[in-house]
This record gives sequence, C-alpha cells and structure tokens, in this order.
Amino acid sequence: MNLLPTPTDPMDAALGSLAVTAPSTLKAAVLVEVGLLDRYARIDSPIGPLTVAWNGLGVSLVDHEPDDAAFETRHAAATGRPSLPAERLPERMADAIERRLGGDRRARIKLDLRGHSAFEQDVWRKALEIPRGEVRPYGWVAAEIGRPKAVRAVGTALAHNPVPLIVPCHRVVRTDGTIGQYSLGGPENKRTILAAEGLDPAQMEAAAARGERLVGCASTHIVCWPTCRTGRHMLARNRRPFRTLAEAAASGYRPCKVCRPVDGSLAAA
Amino acid sequence: MDDDARLAFDLARDLDAAFERLVVVHQDRLFTIALRMLGDRGAAEEAAQDAFVRAYRALGGYEPARIRELRLRPWLSTIVLNLCRNHLTRRGRARPGDRSLDADRAIGVEPVDRAHGSPIAIVEARDARDAWAARVLALPPAYRGPVVLRHIDGLSYPEVAAALGRPEGTVKAQVHRGTALLRAMLEAEARRQPTEMTA
Repeated sequence: MNLLPTPTDPMDAALGSLAVTAPSTLKAAVLVEVGLLDRYARIDSPIGPLTVAWNGLGVSLVDHEPDDAAFETRHAAATGRPSLPAERLPERMADAIERRLGGDRRARIKLDLRGHSAFEQDVWRKALEIPRGEVRPYGWVAAEIGRPKAVRAVGTALAHNPVPLIVPCHRVVRTDGTIGQYSLGGPENKRTILAAEGLDPAQMEAAAARGERLVGCASTHIVCWPTCRTGRHMLARNRRPFRTLAEAAASGYRPCKVCRPVDGSLAAA
Repeated sequence: MDDDARLAFDLARDLDAAFERLVVVHQDRLFTIALRMLGDRGAAEEAAQDAFVRAYRALGGYEPARIRELRLRPWLSTIVLNLCRNHLTRRGRARPGDRSLDADRAIGVEPVDRAHGSPIAIVEARDARDAWAARVLALPPAYRGPVVLRHIDGLSYPEVAAALGRPEGTVKAQVHRGTALLRAMLEAEARRQPTEMTA
C-alpha cells in the first residue's frame, strides 16, 4: 500500500513536485555496464577500419563489417544481445587496444567471452601467449593445451574467435607451415597483419614449401620454431633447417624451452 | 500481487530477461533520490547507475526465494542512499549549502509533473521548485534522507524505515524534524524578503 501524503499542505505538494525523470542515457548505461547491452564503434587497423563491440565486462566482438545494420545483425546472432552505436570506444579500452596491437603485451584488455566453451577459451588464451612478430602451428596450440589430437578443433576454435586481432589468431598457421585461413577477410588479410607485425609471410611460406618446419642453431644445438625470438640473432652460417623434431634430435639438437616446438601430424589442419 | 512483487518474481525466474524492466520502472525514483540528496546532476546519474549495477550483481548472487521476497522499492532506495552517503563523505566537509546548486533548468532535468498554464506560471513553478530543492539540500543529511524518501519519493513510513534500517518511530521523528526545519527556512526567507515594492 502506498501512503502518499495527501498534499493539503502546500509544502507537501512542493516537495512532491521535486520528483524528476531520469536522463535518457541512464538505462542504456546501466544495461551496458552489467553486460546486457553492447555498444560499438570503429577503430583503425592494418587491414582498414574494424567495428568493435563491448560492454562492462569487456570487448565482445571485432568484425570488419562496415555497415551498422549488418553489424548489429551479426552481433545479435553471435552474442544474443542488442547493440547501439557509439561515437568512439571508451578511452582506456581504445588506448589498451592500440598498445596491444603495437606489441605491448602488458596492456590489459578485458574480454567478454560468455557463452563460449572452455575448450575455445583455452585455445584463445594460448593464442594470446604468442608474441607479436612470431607464429605457431595449430598443432602447437593443441599440444600446449593438453589436447594434442584436437588439431582440427583448434582450427575451428580459432576460426570462431569473436575478437580477432585482440586475440591474435592470425599468429597461428597451418601445421605444414603455410599461412592458413583467416576469419577476418581471408588469408590475404592474415598476410597483411603478419607483415605489419614484422614478419615476411612470402619467405615463411617459401621455407615451408621446402619442408623447413624447424630451425636449429649449429652453435647452441637448440631447435626452434622459425619465428622464435630467441633464434633471431642466429648467424646465417649456423642455420640448420629441419623437417621434424625427431630429425633434429637425431642430429643432437634439443627443443627450445621458450617456443617449445612439437612434431604435429602434417595431415591434420 | 503488486507490480513490484510481480517484478521480483520475474527477476527470480530470469534475472537477465527481467532486469531491464527493473531499470525502466525504478530509474526516475533512484535518479530523483540521488539528485535531491546530492544536488548535482552528474553525481546523481553516476549514483543511480551504480545503484542499478550493484543491484544486478547482488541479485545475481541471491537464491530465487530470496529475490521473490525482496521489497524492491525500499531495497533499491537503501542502495542508492548508501552510494549518496559515500559520495557526500568523499566530497568532504564542503556543505552542500556552500556550493553552487545546479538549478533544474540549468542541468536539463525534467519534473515528472510538468507545470501547466501561462509561461509566467511555468517560470514561477520552476523557480519555486529550485528554491525547494535548495532547501532540501540545506537539510542535514540525517534528515535529508528520510524527507526525500517520504515526501519526494513517496515511500510509506514502513518502507522508509526498511530502507534506512531504522525503527519506524525514529524515521517518523526524523521526517517531522526535517519538515519543521524546511518550514523554518521558508519563514526565515520570508522575513528577509519584504514583499512591498517601490517604483
């Protein structure tokens, strides 16, 4: 029962008139903060403008769809939530994304990955560990997350990465060393991004075509993935390409403890 | 079953589906309480937003039975009042009366009941509202909360008591003390402003 005072007293009426309506922005701000509604805005990237959606829990979707209506449809299908356009990303989020894309791994970007399986999240977390300017094969991700036979599923999980570029699925390549597919507009975009990160995709693919999956150093007798940062200062005369870890071991090379190379099935992924 | 009880029932069944309705139904109330406690639109909007976010997180951790039993009006009032209290503490000793008050029209706040009639009547109603808002802000916080909940938000005494976590007799006394102070302010102003006009 609502016992509103009867406004016989002018003061009661005057106080009652102090009720106001909430600002029109309040509801959306609340729903975004609790993660029931997303906002989206554009950012620049090496492959052109991208649309980024977020809410209070973090970034929820990155897509190259330039059209608002089409993006909202895709976002709703992917997240089950509505979305509203915004002028720009929140300053701290924009700053963190820019720093991260520039190679600063300390920049923290919150991600909203609700609704995705634990396996998918394991795969994406592992991809986040691959430094800028390096790549790893699908088989490495599978081995590292303790599912060495799930190479194909790793490929599928990476293809479903809702936040490409932020979770760098572009740094995961096919087990045979070729560049592989890319969800954000195909392999050409993957080459562009890897080149922007300081790699030479054409050279990587040429080496893969020669069957060189691993590189050993003749002075240290350590064998690495070709893009491992610890192998970068290797003198050209010490470079020893290998097809497999077993082949390297037979020549007295031990696997690098930083990039942890593995032998994967060349047929898979 | 009243509207809030039905809403509580729906929140207990599916928080995410019913939460937007909670915001729609209670946003004017929570913003009004915060605005009249703080006198600052930005701070009031922040307090109201924060109150809903805290409510959502709290509801997410409650058992359905507990949500169904919640009396949403006083419960939400408690949350927003606590946030206002924190804000006032942070603001320090600066008494609200000492700082410039955001007049409603300057900050684009719309009253729930718009004034009708001639333009002069509307301006006078607006000025009167600003003056009352300033008087409420001049109340000591211990009386301001009870007066805002009872006379501006329109909660019943049992609801005010529940919102403040104090006995009903105590909040009645605080509301009466607060309204007596408002009346005294009004009389003091009338004494300061002689009504005769010289041309």
